[in-house]
Amino acid sequence: MSLAGGEIEALRARAPEAFAPPGRERLRRYLVRVAVAALTVYCLYRFDFFSWSFVDGMSKLGAVVISQLFPPSGFELMPQFLASMGETIAMAFLGTVLGAVVAFPLAFLASKNMMPARPVQFGTRRLADLLRAFDYLIWALIFVRAIGLGPMAGIMAIAIVEVGTFVKLYSEAIENLDRKQMDGVRAAGANWPQIIRFGVLPQVLPMMVSNTLYMFEHNVRSASILGIVGAGGIGFLLADRLRAYELQEACTIIILVILTVYAIDYLSKRLRERIIGAERSAPAADDHSQFEDVKAR
Amino acid sequence: MTASEAAARFERQYADHRRARIAASTLFWVAFAICFAVSVVVSKFDVVALLQGLPRTGDFIVKMVPPIGWSSFGADIAEWYWGIGKWLTSLLNTLLMAYLATVLGTAIGGALSFLAARNLVKSYAVYWTTRRVLEIARTVPDIVWALLFVLAFGIGPLPGVLAITVHTLGAQGKLFAEVNENVSMLPIEGVRASGGNWLQEMRFGVLPQALPNYMSYTFWRIELNVRSATIVGFVGAGGIGHDLFTSIQLLYFADAGAILLIVVATIMAIDMLSERYRHRLIGKEHLSQ
Repeated sequence: MSLAGGEIEALRARAPEAFAPPGRERLRRYLVRVAVAALTVYCLYRFDFFSWSFVDGMSKLGAVVISQLFPPSGFELMPQFLASMGETIAMAFLGTVLGAVVAFPLAFLASKNMMPARPVQFGTRRLADLLRAFDYLIWALIFVRAIGLGPMAGIMAIAIVEVGTFVKLYSEAIENLDRKQMDGVRAAGANWPQIIRFGVLPQVLPMMVSNTLYMFEHNVRSASILGIVGAGGIGFLLADRLRAYELQEACTIIILVILTVYAIDYLSKRLRERIIGAERSAPAADDHSQFEDVKAR
Repeated sequence: MTASEAAARFERQYADHRRARIAASTLFWVAFAICFAVSVVVSKFDVVALLQGLPRTGDFIVKMVPPIGWSSFGADIAEWYWGIGKWLTSLLNTLLMAYLATVLGTAIGGALSFLAARNLVKSYAVYWTTRRVLEIARTVPDIVWALLFVLAFGIGPLPGVLAITVHTLGAQGKLFAEVNENVSMLPIEGVRASGGNWLQEMRFGVLPQALPNYMSYTFWRIELNVRSATIVGFVGAGGIGHDLFTSIQLLYFADAGAILLIVVATIMAIDMLSERYRHRLIGKEHLSQ
């Protein structure tokens, strides 16, 4: 069955909105597109994309930077690179552990069902938001000035951001727990620490451990760049090689970082699946977006 | 089975279960202790340095807010924010860098996402290569891209825009490709049946299904890119990060505090706006289904 031209015209006249959105909506969409395009062109102009320096930079990027990155070299320095990579992982581990230890009690203060005093609960949440609002590198910059160059500054930067992240993640886990188990333990005559130990922890611990492992993965990535501002780890070597134009060695370091990150992701994913059971770690996409959200905020 | 036999069997099984649990948690704690000890040694973790450093950090943060008196409130604030004009210009640059990088990265990444979707391209080689390119673009952190681009373009916002663009195209390409792989194939077959070519299949078959998800990811990406744009300045790639970096390096505490306050207010405002808009988008999408 096909429609003749006249029939289509008749249909269009009878139900115009089936063929195209109404005029005002079309105008609105059109204006949004024009605005996005205009602002883009203005930004391109503002940031010198329409200038000879951009063309120069591009040719330099192709001729000097990219061509000098390959082949990766400096394998004789591998022991130094590996030691630095080890330091990076150690920073991520200690920062995550420190953050988790500090955040654990605070998370109870930040949970609506554990903390009856609303101002305390609200205040703890906002404090966590504030700690998380600054990027790792900003904290690292502050700690490098306060406690000096080296991995300690990086550990502190990771720990302080993670306190914010874990208070949020843990308190969400605590708020989602099932009250009945707590009531059962209390009915059997348990005191407050026992209620936490037998009524709360068994429910929230697997989620907490899994979240903590996930953030450890994430922190290995963060720790690998903290050295750029002097806070220890492989980022220091990387920035140093790049600034000294030792691009081939820098390339080796970048490859090493990528491989390590993949390996840690893989191991941690396997471990998380074992801890919370494959069926509960299955909705990976959902989980991921939840964590990405945490990182974003 | 008598009651006592059943009880004995339960006791036995319970004991086995407990033993297994205790063994598992012992294993966990031993492994944890080893990792912890190794990390402490490798990172030269120093509690004394930490305890000495913490008060200094507190001091540092306290100094970031200069004394502000009630009687001279306006004047004190004005003195604290002496560089407000300069900093707001940097902030505007930062926001525009994030905007431009999001637009460029989303455009390029979005185009590549069709090639990185298994259901949309026939050639496995094209699919595999695109996936690897996207992977490299997003696995290398944007600040490392910034370091590289600063070498070629010199100091300024341009290398920052490029760095964030590259990272964005990798992330958007992957996320969009996953959206593409989940679209219904029926509209695509419809377009093909009425004589559409590959580009028309993508435009009229895939895009209308995937667009709400693209939009939601893009707004979220703007949030992330504003954060990145404040950071890339640390390596000379423009924006307010550059001012922040210099003020902390030169120990101008009050300046650093003023800039940090601007940064955090901006980031929180952008997050709130973007979150509200994303919820509206997702809400609409659910209504239309």
